[in-house]
Amino acid sequence: MTPSRAAFAAILAKDLRSELRTLQSLPAMALFSVTTFVIFRFGLDRTSLSGSLAAGVLWATLLFAAVLGINRLFVAEREEGGFDAIRLAPIDRSVLFGAKVAALVIYLAALELVAVPIFAVFFLDGAGGLGPLIAVLLLADLGLAATGTLISSMAVNSRARDLLVPLVLLPLVVPLMIAATGATEPLLALGGPSYHRFGTWLMVLGLYDLIFGLVGYAVFDFLLED
Amino acid sequence: MYGKGLKPLSIATVAMLAVSLSLVFFYAPLDADQGFIQKIFYVHVPLAIVALVGFIIGGIFAIAHLRTNNRKWDAYSYVSIHISVIFGVAVLITGAIWAKASWGHWWVWDEPTLVSFLIVFLLYATYYPFRYAIEDRDRQARYASVFAVTAGAFVPLNFMAVRMAQSLVHPRTFATAEGGMPGEMMLAFLCMLVAIGLLWTTLVKFELTAKSASGQVKRLRRALDAPVAGGSSRIAPEVS
Repeated sequence: MTPSRAAFAAILAKDLRSELRTLQSLPAMALFSVTTFVIFRFGLDRTSLSGSLAAGVLWATLLFAAVLGINRLFVAEREEGGFDAIRLAPIDRSVLFGAKVAALVIYLAALELVAVPIFAVFFLDGAGGLGPLIAVLLLADLGLAATGTLISSMAVNSRARDLLVPLVLLPLVVPLMIAATGATEPLLALGGPSYHRFGTWLMVLGLYDLIFGLVGYAVFDFLLED
Repeated sequence: MYGKGLKPLSIATVAMLAVSLSLVFFYAPLDADQGFIQKIFYVHVPLAIVALVGFIIGGIFAIAHLRTNNRKWDAYSYVSIHISVIFGVAVLITGAIWAKASWGHWWVWDEPTLVSFLIVFLLYATYYPFRYAIEDRDRQARYASVFAVTAGAFVPLNFMAVRMAQSLVHPRTFATAEGGMPGEMMLAFLCMLVAIGLLWTTLVKFELTAKSASGQVKRLRRALDAPVAGGSSRIAPEVS
């Protein structure tokens, strides 16, 4: 393995291991999403959802649950001196960005593994749309992880960490949410899934991932300088 | 020193605004469809174009700051975004007035350009709390530049996504410009665009001059070893 790939694997493994041992983010994210579904059930006064309403409830919940994890993403690095260690190590700093994005994608996938089936049990009539939904979830997770990692790494060094992540991240992911809900809406439509403009929205999601992946990779070096 | 040339630039701006506004009100014909209210188009659209270009310019200055590590570019980037946010408020207000007059509602959701502009405006509005929350001055400048670059990449993507999500009822300015807008209207519009562009440049230059002057005063006070009275804005970058 090249040094970059070894460093990537080491940071990712460190993150996953510490999450598995402390369980700081994931259970909170999953619990939050289930509670939010219950609140939507009474807020909307609906026992079953379909189409745009289902897509909106699912994505709003996943986004807010993701914010919880994004808030905590760099806390250990800041409090335990991980940033200094990365600065001292003879590796490319962008590796940290890549590893954190990968860790966040894994957290989000784990969250969705719990939240989406519960969502289907609570609100959906059939599970037909869930298969193709995986592609939407994965592409959206990638974009959310790229912007989330970028914002989180900056917010963690500020005075208002918990405030800045939702404040800056939410407007930044509006295009991502437009594409994700646009692709999800026909999948969860009443009377079976359809694929109206499915490919177009997946392409928008891919473009978003590409642009913010590249931006994050390009600017991340400047965030670690001191 | 940023004050050089500020006076002729201000005079040129005022003259250009006066000429363009007279063109708008006395030379360009009344719109057959919308009548007098259509005149707001000559303010609303140039303001929106200049604000968006200003956001992109702020992003370019931010790239220059990250590449050279010269704090001057951070100040340029900050002031560009600052003036564009102020223009953005004017765009949203004039847009709402125009929407009320021509469609009967203050806010119309299925109008992609106005909605996109709102999202871009909301993102750039977070530039201030973001900047304000970072204490170390070097780090603040660097993070603000990273924000400006990221947000600059966000602007075109956001316009694309919002346009794809909605039907098209917004007046297509440039479609009509090619097709049907009379020459008199086009001339008045282009003059207003130049005038608003000049206004933006003047305000940016003015703000930079003011910041540079107050920075100099502060340094002189410090040199005299007197306590700084009043304090300074913690958000705004210092200009040397």
